[in-house]
Amino acid sequence: MNRRQFLATGGALVVSFSLRAQPKLPGSLAREPLLDSWIRIGADGGITVFTGKAELGQGIKTALIQVAAEELAVEPARIELVTADTARTPDEGYTAGSQSMSESGTAILNAAAEVRAKLVELAAKRFALPPERLSVANGAIRAGDGRSASYGELVTGELLHVKAQPPAARGNPRERAVIGKSLARVDIPAKLTGAPIYVQDLRLPGMVHARTVRPPSHAARLAALRTAAVEKMPGVLKIVRDGSYLAVVAEREYQAVSAMRALAAAARWNKQQENLHSDLQRLPSQLSVLVESEAAAPAWSAEATYRRPYQMHGSIGPSCAVGLYRDGNLTVWTHSQGVYPLRNALAEMLGLPKKRVRCIHMEGSGCYGHNAADDAGADAALAARALPGRPVRVHLMREDEHAWEPYGSAMLTRARARLEGGKIADWHYELWSGSHSSRPGPAGNLAPAWLLEKPFARPPAQQIPQPTGGGDRNAIPLYRFASTRVVHHFLTAMPLRVSALRSLGAYMNVFSIESFMDELAQAARADPVEFRLRHLDDPRAREVIRTAAERFGWAGYRKQRGRGRGFAFARYKNLAAYCAIACEVEVERTSGQVRMLRASAAIDSGEAVNPDGIRNQVEGGILQSLSWTLHEAVSFDASRITSRDWASYPILRFPDVPERIDVEVISRPGAPFLGTGEAAQGPAAAALANAIADATGARLREIPFTAPRVRQALGA
Amino acid sequence: MITLEVNGKPHAVDADPATPLLYVLTDHLQLHGAKYGCGLGQCGACTVLVDGEPVFSCITPISVLQNRRITTLEGLGTSDNPGPVQRAFIAEQAAQCGFCIPGMIVRAQALLSRNPAPTPEEIRAHMSPNLCRCGTHMRIVRAVERAARELKAAK
Ligand code: FES
Ligand code: FES
Repeated sequence: MNRRQFLATGGALVVSFSLRAQPKLPGSLAREPLLDSWIRIGADGGITVFTGKAELGQGIKTALIQVAAEELAVEPARIELVTADTARTPDEGYTAGSQSMSESGTAILNAAAEVRAKLVELAAKRFALPPERLSVANGAIRAGDGRSASYGELVTGELLHVKAQPPAARGNPRERAVIGKSLARVDIPAKLTGAPIYVQDLRLPGMVHARTVRPPSHAARLAALRTAAVEKMPGVLKIVRDGSYLAVVAEREYQAVSAMRALAAAARWNKQQENLHSDLQRLPSQLSVLVESEAAAPAWSAEATYRRPYQMHGSIGPSCAVGLYRDGNLTVWTHSQGVYPLRNALAEMLGLPKKRVRCIHMEGSGCYGHNAADDAGADAALAARALPGRPVRVHLMREDEHAWEPYGSAMLTRARARLEGGKIADWHYELWSGSHSSRPGPAGNLAPAWLLEKPFARPPAQQIPQPTGGGDRNAIPLYRFASTRVVHHFLTAMPLRVSALRSLGAYMNVFSIESFMDELAQAARADPVEFRLRHLDDPRAREVIRTAAERFGWAGYRKQRGRGRGFAFARYKNLAAYCAIACEVEVERTSGQVRMLRASAAIDSGEAVNPDGIRNQVEGGILQSLSWTLHEAVSFDASRITSRDWASYPILRFPDVPERIDVEVISRPGAPFLGTGEAAQGPAAAALANAIADATGARLREIPFTAPRVRQALGA
Repeated sequence: MITLEVNGKPHAVDADPATPLLYVLTDHLQLHGAKYGCGLGQCGACTVLVDGEPVFSCITPISVLQNRRITTLEGLGTSDNPGPVQRAFIAEQAAQCGFCIPGMIVRAQALLSRNPAPTPEEIRAHMSPNLCRCGTHMRIVRAVERAARELKAAK
């Protein structure tokens, strides 16, 4: 029975529809429907816009200001934007998943349109004219006869303290003044001149400095500690000890560093066997079948297994937070991606009512997911509680960030397919992955909380359900095959701490699917771009593929010795941005050194608010993925992480960087915002692998493609 | 007390002579341009100029810096009046999170002072001690090229 038949069969469903008061409000308005949660206008005409999302370097502030300015018909400079703060802004959960535009952008777009409509209505009453006879510009509403009223004059009392009404009217997408323009990012000048805008730069009056002493491995516990000598060191104010949790607070920052080193030397730890490994098929798992159509074919044309190691966020600036505990109230300045969930976790950890804890977002170094930011928030909370009345700044050391941040899960995938008449008839895909979300909310997801005298246990591993998925994000191909089977083995207990790393499982699934598409194209003797188009009917998917191929010069490509080209495509989460990438590489056979020479990308993330911002994100996504894919794997021995700095966890450096990356932004005026930040990572990895295969004939299926591994694949 | 000359001004600093310059800049002098990235000389986030040469301030103790000219990001311009290299980075929108960029600007300044017309390869080689995790490299290289062009045009 299809949906139409169901609707036609009787009254039951109709009743259930009328029980729902209203259709769902768009974006985050569904969560926070009051207009003045998003927009406030003062009597002086000052406009303040509130978002629960945070600036992470993705340029979200600028894009949200553009959206508000457009619908309110004011200059962007007139808008003051307040970002994630549990005392001031809406609760929009985490700033993650490339969802800030679709959630917050959509909410602000609709709220602003409705605020404008209300103001026009008020002015119409005041002037006794129909609303159509009024014009809106520069924060004022004008009648043809010269009368005008500013927003500040019109807004009174509780005007905006009402629930948003769906569907709100929107500006005509053909007459955009601000949306679609590459406005310069509002946050950049301060960042380039040393203004104190990062939480790392925050210096409050009377502030002191803390450093933590993390155990040498995750399972090690404090056996003995001699504190007397450390207590006498210059500037030392307090040694914070709670079970195996250890930190030291000093007046000056470097005094805290020196005291931390002395304290680490004075601590003895009980080591525990941890058995760290990445033998994924040995781990307990839960199986879910995501797609099952038809019986699998008996004779496969090709099969392949792909692997990805644990990889880290590796923020350039280690995590930092400032805490202040005064009169039973705790304030934490943090670069966490989720101020509300962190507030809940800190309240639980300290046994405080939630209303006594406030988390204020300040920018940090780019995080790319759940790094140690929340842990540092917990460190600041614990240190601040030990020193009431004084702001305490905690900055993790590089070694602690590397060894304790939650990594992107190691993954294993297996693909099999049968070709028939030049097309894929049967597709069979399985993946093994740990969780991609172990964020706070629960205090048990804060590393410092595991170490306390009364420790908080880690909650059971969480899956993120389809359609967005976690490890299985993008596991279902967008291509059409006669029969498809996709199976997810969710690993319920991982030996290493894992959580959300930019794009989650999509990076690995797209790498696997798009590598395998090339393997199949080769088996079918087809051009890889044309082979993809054979299996795709989504017109937007087809357009990004054609655009990227054209920009790259795919059709007229002339292969030079040692070089090759590769192509890949995905629609992020199968419901967000479309992104296709073509690249050229050069492989030095004797050394195994791979260099990406150039890349051309096309992206469709719906209506483009700030095209240069989108290009910046795609360029960054390609380079970050290049780094992950060529260089990165967390190393460990049986009991401890051995990737503790940039020498033991090398990443991309300037000499590896391509000569050119160009990005074409395909904008769809009036279409929903789809987000951008995580669209490019998967396609970039696969395009790279495909280009190496084209250059050398060798297929690399295990990330990272380090020089020794490439040499081995080449049989050199 | 150790006297340090930072951005043309002398500062008497009351700190252990073994203290790395980075901590003195951020904690004593409230200069936040140089960032703590690794404390190990591996990432360049803390880069400053000492007598015009790029130096990792995280591993340089203040004891060796008396009578030397120290220049930090703040010495190259302000938010209202950015210097030429900063202007070029703004024009190219060469930042994502921006955390690595102060070190990049300072290191680029050292290159341009000595080689006013570097090739892209020279820029890449010169910038290689500095890490960027956001993948802003393409724009950083373009910004350095632009700064070189504009400095030349201004002469
Ligand atoms: S912080 Fe000095 S080199 Fe990394
Ligand atoms: S811009 Fe974020 S690390 Fe370079």
